[in-house]
Amino acid sequence: MTAAGSPALTAAADPDQGRRRPYLTWLGVVPFFAYVGIFLLLPTAIILAGSLVAPDGSISLSNFEGIAKPFMFTSFVNSIEISAVSALVGAIAGAILAYVVATGNPQGLLRRAVMSAAGVFAQFGGVTLTFAWLATLYTTGIVYIFLKDHGLDIYPGGTIWLIDLRGLTLIYLYFQIPLMVLVFIPAIDGIRPQWREATESLGGNTWHYWRYVAGPLLLPSFLGCTLLLFANAFSAYATAAALLTQGGVILPLQIQALLTSETGSVQPGFAKALALAMIVVVLVVMSLYTVLQRRTSAWLR
Amino acid sequence: MNWHRFHRLGLAVAAVLIVSACGSTSTAGSTDWSKQTSASAGGGMDALVAAAKAEGKLTVIALPPDWANYGAIISGFKAKYGIDITSLNPNGSSQDEVNAFDGTSRAPDVVDVGQSVALANTAKFAPYQVATWGDIPAGAKESTGLWYNDYGGYMGIGYDSSKVPAITSVQDLLGSAFHSKVALAGDPTKSNQGLNGVIMASVANGGSLDDVSKGVDFFHQLKLKGNYVPIVGTDATVKAGQTPVLFEWDYLSASHGKGVPTWKIFVPSNAIIGGYYSQAINKAAPHPAAARLWEEYLYSDEGQNLWLKGGARPVRQAAMTSAGTIDATAAAALPSVPGTPQVPSGDQTSKASAYVVANWSQAVS
Repeated sequence: MTAAGSPALTAAADPDQGRRRPYLTWLGVVPFFAYVGIFLLLPTAIILAGSLVAPDGSISLSNFEGIAKPFMFTSFVNSIEISAVSALVGAIAGAILAYVVATGNPQGLLRRAVMSAAGVFAQFGGVTLTFAWLATLYTTGIVYIFLKDHGLDIYPGGTIWLIDLRGLTLIYLYFQIPLMVLVFIPAIDGIRPQWREATESLGGNTWHYWRYVAGPLLLPSFLGCTLLLFANAFSAYATAAALLTQGGVILPLQIQALLTSETGSVQPGFAKALALAMIVVVLVVMSLYTVLQRRTSAWLR
Repeated sequence: MNWHRFHRLGLAVAAVLIVSACGSTSTAGSTDWSKQTSASAGGGMDALVAAAKAEGKLTVIALPPDWANYGAIISGFKAKYGIDITSLNPNGSSQDEVNAFDGTSRAPDVVDVGQSVALANTAKFAPYQVATWGDIPAGAKESTGLWYNDYGGYMGIGYDSSKVPAITSVQDLLGSAFHSKVALAGDPTKSNQGLNGVIMASVANGGSLDDVSKGVDFFHQLKLKGNYVPIVGTDATVKAGQTPVLFEWDYLSASHGKGVPTWKIFVPSNAIIGGYYSQAINKAAPHPAAARLWEEYLYSDEGQNLWLKGGARPVRQAAMTSAGTIDATAAAALPSVPGTPQVPSGDQTSKASAYVVANWSQAVS
């Protein structure tokens, strides 16, 4: 056997090998950074630059003052409110569903059916989702008419809550709950049955198990997933645009109005300032999410 | 991680990249029609028609087929000149139209925009004077031809007479017979039609073109009574019976009669609000000759009468009536105007808009 015939030896003998490897590693992440750069950083930079251009063309922070206007502030609060409510309700309902599924047979029909359904519904949104709800529950919808014929008016007093913020929150739950199932189930899967057995062999009951073992393990993941759901609802646009056709009462619709108004209220700079404010909110939420995910992954491996 | 955001953002940026990659310039024979300010200056109508046919295409935007008879106008132009028309975003706003001027070959060649948008974007338009330029009243056009009114009408309240009692005044709508029935045909915080509905309500309630607050108060009252329906009324919502009472332009309201035979239009004698839309040519029109030929077609007797058939009042109506070229049947079918119309100026519209934007959501939610 000669030294030249052994690849391992040849490689070890090549003095350039050590220097070349980091270069190649760097090449490997180029597509990722190019993707992030073009689709995330570049639009953010465009929004940032545009938000600093005042209506008269000068560079100033005046666009940001508009956020304090009462009607705009109300929209901000509305956006946060529907995102928070739909995230909390979605997280609790989704977590319960995920727990039910995860504690069942891993290869069972229930789990496979729920996971496939969740995968589909978590991506169902926009105009089609709004249409589905209106066709079902609006005053001309089939379910509404059926219920009314059987003595149940879901709009007592004629207040059609489906087309205001309450309806929007309900419709958001349609994709929030499945998303929660998808993102929370890995955490539940990470809980080992042996830990419960260990708790019991040490004299603990179910309360002790949840309070001191499973609860603390799942809580960071639960909170993290709730934040993810918040960001998901906060940044949703098409569903709301199709549902709330009058008086944009949440931020994404205010931005739309500022960009498409045909009555002399077009303010692209102000729209970009609002978009930047939304980016900041999502950035804060997602940073917290990352911190919590890190805590979770330390335990659940 | 955040799939929805990545996904949507990615799509949007990809779309922008694709659109800009498709950019190209087109040439128009020996005459550069993008510089011509009238057909005669470019060698006459025949030369214009030939150049437009050579381009073979025209891109229009935000023209719903049921709006002022645009469906028939588009097919009429196609049939007459054999030029293919691409109709973008039929339900877009006037602002969407000029926002689509992106310098690519897919940009709209011509636009039909509200007064505010026309005034704010003259730098993006090419001056052009149609052959019938003299018939357009002086106040209805920019003197060099950057924009020119095309058709207009009055704000009315359309209603389904089988569902609600006959309307005799705007205040009637506060009555209990109108519970959950009254809607606007646009979001007044951004739509020209929606805003003019609020202006009409204001004038009918003691306000004026300079004071839209009474209109916002009126819709607040409607909301408190439970009469206001917070959706944008369209032909579909009228047919479905969701918006049996609708504030809208009389010529658009007239088109609902096809689907709902009991549809009627009320124009309040104490608040006749008129409004005209305007034509303009994109300065960087990808099909400059076809764009100019389209304007010639719209302002010909044929084009004007097509608008009239759609219930809109074409800008050459007075001249055509004296010349005897007007479609007398269509003219007679227009709703009568029971008084002197008021037309908000661009400035008044902007002020009203600013007030409505700041106060609307609070008033009706």
